Amino acid sequence: MNTYTVALAGNPNTGKSTLFNSLTGMRQHTGNWAGKTVLTAEGDCVRGGTRFRLVDLPGTYSLYSNSADEEAARDYIIFENPDCAIVVLDATSLERNLNLALQVLEMTSRVVVCINLIDEAEKLGIRIDLQTFRQRLGVPVVAISARHNRGVDALMELVEQVASGQLAPHPTVLTYGDEIEHKIGELEPLVRSALGTRYPTRWVALRLLDGDEGLLASLKKRLHDRAMPQSGKEGEIRYERTACH
Amino acid sequence: MSNKEVALSEAETGSRLVLSRIEVDGGMRRRLLDLGFVPGNEVEVIQRSPLGDPTAFRVSNTTIALRREESSRIFGEPEGEELA
Ligand SMILES: Nc1nc2c(ncn2[C@@H]2O[C@H](COP(=O)(O)OP(=O)(O)OP(=O)(O)O)[C@@H](O)[C@H]2O)c(=O)[nH]1
Ligand SMILES: [Mg+2]
Repeated sequence: MNTYTVALAGNPNTGKSTLFNSLTGMRQHTGNWAGKTVLTAEGDCVRGGTRFRLVDLPGTYSLYSNSADEEAARDYIIFENPDCAIVVLDATSLERNLNLALQVLEMTSRVVVCINLIDEAEKLGIRIDLQTFRQRLGVPVVAISARHNRGVDALMELVEQVASGQLAPHPTVLTYGDEIEHKIGELEPLVRSALGTRYPTRWVALRLLDGDEGLLASLKKRLHDRAMPQSGKEGEIRYERTACH
Repeated sequence: MSNKEVALSEAETGSRLVLSRIEVDGGMRRRLLDLGFVPGNEVEVIQRSPLGDPTAFRVSNTTIALRREESSRIFGEPEGEELA
């Protein structure tokens, strides 16, 4: 049976664990306050002859502030390279939520954007133009209600298509003005020769320009572990459970 | 033009401001931007704690508490004062 790894990323309180639980039948903690998921939970679900290994990441507003939970989410997406990342957004708070969505789209093209809490948005009279959303982001977008199990089949269908490579999204590339673009252009070949094409080159160049010491440390550690596989069992890197605060 | 600009730490409870400047650097700046403290965005002063610090602000639909250390370096223009 095909097994795909699928990460759930998103702001705190957007319903990631609710979706995770409804898909896996597990009981990851959910509740109406921020930051409940401090451990990264994994669980399997089988749908139509395909197994999905779901990874419930801690909720964060960003992946760049170098707190423990943000680093855990970032490292998972970059180093564990899931077959698909679901970015879970709160339909009632899209402006805030899109910050993280855009960050994930810069890291990987294997993304499905999932607008959750659509039932709440409807109650508030919020209407979401999914077609415009898809066009502007360049990736599949679905609206769901994890709590009421609405739209989840359509979501998982898209996840399977992206994970299998049947669907290859082209996320819209954000540009940063001439000066920064010029520097990215200078850095990219260096990044490629140091790291190969394992990691998203443009994104790594951007993080270096931003002076992201945390990422640099993570990268160095991975490269070191790779160079010296006998120094521990990290040749095959398992994602450790990570606590925060 | 920005003569009405005030620091969030000095803004009145219950007032709304449109952010104009974030004079904080490094990781904290990043954090504030990620939380929605972005120039042009609207912030409401919700409530000061009994000792005056921290203060709760509402930004992009979420309540966030900031200490004076940060809120004194974030500036905005109070709304609804055109006639004052
Ligand atoms: N109305 C409604 N409520 C939902 C929906 N999905 C989740 N919720 C509720 O939203 C709250 C937060 O859900 P969680 O699943 O804990 O959110 P989370 O993203 O895992 O949160 P963190 O672990 O803090 O990042 C819970 O009270 C859920 O019951 C939905 O589709 N509709
Ligand atoms: Mg959770």
